[in-house]
Amino acid sequence: MVWDWEFTGQVLPDLASGLWVTVQATVFGYAIALVLGLAVALLRRLPVIGTLVFAVFEFIRSTPLLVQLVFVFFLVPGAVAPLTVGILVLGVHYSAYTAEVYRSGIEGVQKGQWEACRALSLPAHRVWGAVILPQAIRKVIPPLGNYLIAMFKDTPLLFAIAVPELLSQAQRVGGQYFRVFEAMTMVGLLFILVSVPSAILIRRLERRYAAV
Amino acid sequence: MDVVLWAQTAWDWAVGAVEFIGTRFPSYLEGAKFTVLATLGGAALGFVLAMVIGIAGTTRSRALRAVATVYTETFRGVSALVLMFWAAFAIPNVTSFTFEPLTAGIVALGVNIGAYGAEVVRAAINAVPRSQVEATIALNMTWTRRMWSVILPQAWAQMLPTFGNLVIELMKATAVISLIGVTDIMWSADLARSSTFETVYAYGWALVMYFVFAQILVFLMRLLERHANRRLGRASGTGFWSLLRPPSITTAGGAR
Repeated sequence: MVWDWEFTGQVLPDLASGLWVTVQATVFGYAIALVLGLAVALLRRLPVIGTLVFAVFEFIRSTPLLVQLVFVFFLVPGAVAPLTVGILVLGVHYSAYTAEVYRSGIEGVQKGQWEACRALSLPAHRVWGAVILPQAIRKVIPPLGNYLIAMFKDTPLLFAIAVPELLSQAQRVGGQYFRVFEAMTMVGLLFILVSVPSAILIRRLERRYAAV
Repeated sequence: MDVVLWAQTAWDWAVGAVEFIGTRFPSYLEGAKFTVLATLGGAALGFVLAMVIGIAGTTRSRALRAVATVYTETFRGVSALVLMFWAAFAIPNVTSFTFEPLTAGIVALGVNIGAYGAEVVRAAINAVPRSQVEATIALNMTWTRRMWSVILPQAWAQMLPTFGNLVIELMKATAVISLIGVTDIMWSADLARSSTFETVYAYGWALVMYFVFAQILVFLMRLLERHANRRLGRASGTGFWSLLRPPSITTAGGAR
């Protein structure tokens, strides 16, 4: 059996629509991960609630995304779209990673900065909003960027909960025409085509915005 | 009244969970066997690939370095699940060669983790102080000797923590091999859900098992790290309890 170019061209529209779903899931999931991760990193600093939040997110971080996806998928009512479930679970799972990243950034801010805030008796919202977070976040832009790529590569797991993303589309059309080889190879190529340029783009952004 | 009701619900839930685990435990244990096999196999293959490709990336030969770059860029760019589907369904589609599902899973995971590991090895070798390399040249050591007795032992301590994180990531990633038909923990959970309709217990128990495995791996990795640091005469925590300090930050999974 040889590579069938005609078939490859024929399935491209289906794969493109799958890729679009994949990109949507990544972008919205990443937005959740960025915001929720910061909230978790800050909540972890509170006395009692902090320990609880730490325990919950440590559990999320140490268990597989696939199991979490399926678990939540079967728990929520059927009326909720699988893509919504996927985006939520992806976002919450990755927020457990981004929270660690934010934490390391916050801990990396020099002690003198805290002392200066106290010396100027700045109110708490100014301490965080104007001094600590701007420095902490600029430092952790590279690892946060890494997690965007990692999340993009984890979206095929949404296949398990019947989201019509790239891998499901390939599996469907490939199975329909008994040409899984072309379909699967195209999926791999599309992944590289998206993830390598975005990695380069992220490096460019880092060079512009990230503090060393 | 409400408190009584809540206590009753919690009690029922606990009884239900114990009953569920009691009957399904053998099935989950059977699944755990395959999860462990896949983790060990993937980690072994990934380790060998990481070492070979990582060392190739630090050599003076331009061709070897190019091979290493192509390998890491390709396999870090594709998701492990896609690789696995490719091995399990695409290759049998065009050739007469078929993988066992477990083998397909191990190969895909190993190849994927190997790409991340190779970068870790390369970085660790490059981090060995320049003077050490100069000393080996001054002593007229062969390349093999230099690698084996000077550079790798020092790089080893440097790469261990990241390797540890990669292995934990790998253990979690093995859950996807259920999708190509390996009867791992995730498969046992799917089976339990479809035969008992107890979704919460079925997947909840799977989550707990993965969590326990992750904690065991964290513990083993700390033992290894401590051993490596001791050999280099570097200070590290002492005593058994120091092994239970809070886990360090995970950087794996996105080491791009």
